[in-house]
Amino acid sequence: MSYKLLGQNFTPPDVYAKVTGQAKYAEDFRAEGMVFARLLTSPMPHARVRGIDATAALALPGVVGILLPSDVTPIPAPNPPILTDEPQFVGEPILAIAAQSETIAQDAIELIRLDLEPLSFCVDPLQALHPDGPDTRADGNNVGAQGLKPQKLKWTAADFDQAGAGRLPLGKAAEDWSYGDVEAGFAKSKVVYDDSFVTASNSHHSLEPRTAFSYWQNGKCFVHGSTQSQSFVVPGLAQLIGIKPDQLVYVSEFCGGGFGSKGAAFPSMAIPALLSKKIGRPVMMRISRAEEYYIGHARNGFQGRVKLGFAADGRLLAADMFLIQDGGASNGFYDFRNAADALSVVYQPQAMRWRGVPVYTNSPTRSAQRGPGENQIACILEPLMDRAARDLSLDRLELRRINAPQAGSKVGSNRRPLTSSYLREAQAIGAKRFGWADRLARSGRRNGTKVTGIGIGQAYHPAGFSGFDGLVRITPDGKLHIHTGVGNLGTFSHSGTARIAAEVLGFDWEDCIVERGDSRRHLPWNIGQFGSNTSFTMARTNYVAAMDALAKIREIAAHDLGGKPQDYDVDAKGVFARAHAARRLSYGKVAQRAIELGGRYSGQELPRDINPMTRTSATALAGTGLIGVAKDNLPVGGETAAFACAFAEVEVDLETGQRRIVDIVNVGDCGTVIHPMGLTTQLKGATVQGISIATLEHMILDPQNGLPGHVGLYQARPATYLDIPPEMNVDWVNQPDPTSPLGTKGIGEPPLGAAASAVLSAISDALGGHVFNRTPVKVDMILNAILKRPAAHGPLQVNTD
Amino acid sequence: MSEPPTAGLARREFIKRVIASGAVASAATYVYGGLAGCVGQSRLTAGGVERLVSLNVNGQVRRVDVLPQETLAMTLRYKLGLTGTKLGCDRGECGACTVMLDDITHNSCSVLTHSVRGRRVVTIEGVRGPNGELHPVQQAFIDELSPQCGFCTPGQVMSAVALLKRNPHPTRDECRAALAGNLCRCGAYDNYLNGVLRAAAAGAA
Repeated sequence: MSYKLLGQNFTPPDVYAKVTGQAKYAEDFRAEGMVFARLLTSPMPHARVRGIDATAALALPGVVGILLPSDVTPIPAPNPPILTDEPQFVGEPILAIAAQSETIAQDAIELIRLDLEPLSFCVDPLQALHPDGPDTRADGNNVGAQGLKPQKLKWTAADFDQAGAGRLPLGKAAEDWSYGDVEAGFAKSKVVYDDSFVTASNSHHSLEPRTAFSYWQNGKCFVHGSTQSQSFVVPGLAQLIGIKPDQLVYVSEFCGGGFGSKGAAFPSMAIPALLSKKIGRPVMMRISRAEEYYIGHARNGFQGRVKLGFAADGRLLAADMFLIQDGGASNGFYDFRNAADALSVVYQPQAMRWRGVPVYTNSPTRSAQRGPGENQIACILEPLMDRAARDLSLDRLELRRINAPQAGSKVGSNRRPLTSSYLREAQAIGAKRFGWADRLARSGRRNGTKVTGIGIGQAYHPAGFSGFDGLVRITPDGKLHIHTGVGNLGTFSHSGTARIAAEVLGFDWEDCIVERGDSRRHLPWNIGQFGSNTSFTMARTNYVAAMDALAKIREIAAHDLGGKPQDYDVDAKGVFARAHAARRLSYGKVAQRAIELGGRYSGQELPRDINPMTRTSATALAGTGLIGVAKDNLPVGGETAAFACAFAEVEVDLETGQRRIVDIVNVGDCGTVIHPMGLTTQLKGATVQGISIATLEHMILDPQNGLPGHVGLYQARPATYLDIPPEMNVDWVNQPDPTSPLGTKGIGEPPLGAAASAVLSAISDALGGHVFNRTPVKVDMILNAILKRPAAHGPLQVNTD
Repeated sequence: MSEPPTAGLARREFIKRVIASGAVASAATYVYGGLAGCVGQSRLTAGGVERLVSLNVNGQVRRVDVLPQETLAMTLRYKLGLTGTKLGCDRGECGACTVMLDDITHNSCSVLTHSVRGRRVVTIEGVRGPNGELHPVQQAFIDELSPQCGFCTPGQVMSAVALLKRNPHPTRDECRAALAGNLCRCGAYDNYLNGVLRAAAAGAA
């Protein structure tokens, strides 16, 4: 299928502002009388605030106000509070002070006298499950997640004793599922493995800290925030501030990185709004880098155990996985469930059982991070696939090929069928570009002190949300306005998916205006920009809105020019009769006629099933042109999933333990390609972050005092220019997904897990197949493996350097 | 200011010590929630009086009141309205605040404003041509779709412009080295490198 716009590169409308410094992020806005807020954050990992003496602080000249835990909207536990008098981790905000300058605000913070009662704490999930382990919350609940009520769950001493040294105890699970006969699968297997493992939590390190700026004007609260989503943030933020969604004006036209940590409203955003309401002045609350590490979220870490049984031909017959999730101080994300689905989808075990326990610890709040769960588990599973292939004398690529899913293959937890899967095609494209067959000859090759390793990695992410609204508008000047509430994470897909509306209506891109980034631009209710979902979900909403507009355009043509609506077609300039191309109306004229006809043509009458936010926006636009508005009620045929497969070559120095990535190829299965250059940046960016989680990044919390040791970029170590390979190649399958109107589906997340696991697979290969069962793989681990010495940490130890 | 602050020493403490002693004190104090930058006079710190200084910013003389402890990034952003210079870490780790001082890149979060008197300060707002035309580096970054979220982009542009001024035809490895102080969490490094090389080929210098 060939398209006019889809599959073509274009210059996204927001890139000019990015290269000139004109792009305004939250901290770039100003208002008359603006004051600055600073936070007082907890110095203890768990404490009760017995008293706050702010006398001296409030007496400091220039201080204009204070916001205490008692002043803020209460949030039901275990969701993270806005301010708290029972901090659950070091760095959790207790109060905020506003002053004429930031310096004075900080001076005032230092004059606050805090009376804290230390409470028990724990930064190791396994320890929190131990019968003698410390409580992590005052109510004694140590287990919980989204969709799982907070509860107390302690394992028995016998559970720990029975596991044996270095193996994950298999105590009572909080959740589980299974399909098939797992024990029979293991009995039939030629080889069976049982591995315990750890994947580190790691921060999101968004380069723009989550600064927010707020003021109240004419009964409305204005917030300039840093979120990867736009419309999706509004209801949650309004609730945090304690107002109705239509009383909030929310601006997030640019966002300096989110990676899942800024997908929805987060508690600290409400602080400047609440302070501003209290003191009657605009409030800027800049978040420092250290604070971003406290409250900027992190990926959930795992302590896990997985048993895998393979037939002689490499087919995965049975899998049994147990995951303990470190959820931090609140519910975190459901990485532990996603990881189980990832195992079931990518390798299609004939029988599988999964058990999981999400544990609260006294560490920063976790949230989704690019491929939450799927990408951590890829780092563990891919090297294990290599080991099975070696033991069975099979080609490593072949073992992955025979286990790979296809359209109709099932997801483990819900047994829903995949709407499409071109993972095998991605494997084949990648193998060809990488030269898999020829490169294998280099595996284990020595060059002085260096040895070469070759690796493969794969990952998956579900990408199929639906049910949001689309809103487009044609104005009398002949322009098509695509109103999109999705957000600006830096993928340019706000405009990429807007082009779907233009594609349907035949518009030239030069005649399109993308309306976004500010609720005053009358935006529809849309999904947040997360979960590899934009290219699927927003394609559907923009499609249904454009189809609604198209129907109305044809009706107006038939009304004015005669005949039936189906006699008419559209092109770049307007609507015309298929039989008499000269019988036409320009888009400007169509818009004018829609205004004159009124009713549903110009938004005076709206569909009943659209979201109240969309209704408000469409009502505000009513009478300004032809309005296309609809809810995405398109059929959902199963689970829409994106895949990626990566190949890497590394060189490991046997003397220093350093690794150098020679090159990497990353191939996506993302359905119809919307924007090749945008897709390229997603694949490459995910590759860089994959290298990061595989070998560099981790959170470290001191078990003695609960202090974080990762509060600077140089400590938490996201990849730099010097960590990336000199060559990065990417490619894609470009096969449509049948449940997406134009075949598009997302890609943001899987290539991260694919790259990470390809690098780990290659490092293991360089070391003769040594399996680390841990991320990140650091130099000391490599050296110990080379020297055949035990690792510097226990197999289930967390917070290791 | 010959040494960077030691690990764990918050900027605020660092600046206080610089002002108090005239030299960088070595300390490993752990300060929670270390403050980024200052825009006001500290009541708790000695010697905080604003003084009117003349700065040469983007070819214009700008007269501005600055505090002794004020960093160039804060002066640019909060007093001169030049918000294109971004603050990602405010401690010299990320490079988002990169500007040129006499054609050499500096982290403006780690330069005291009064120390740049008599020097040519160029920010992202000052690299476009006299008629507003994009610098070849900016145009190349658009052509290569180098930015993703865009927050590090002004700093990447400044490092690239400075590199091409002193080395109009760098190798890819020289570009890597020159931009190594500019973090990009989106991981757009490859596209930025392509952009610098494209600008060099277009004769950016």
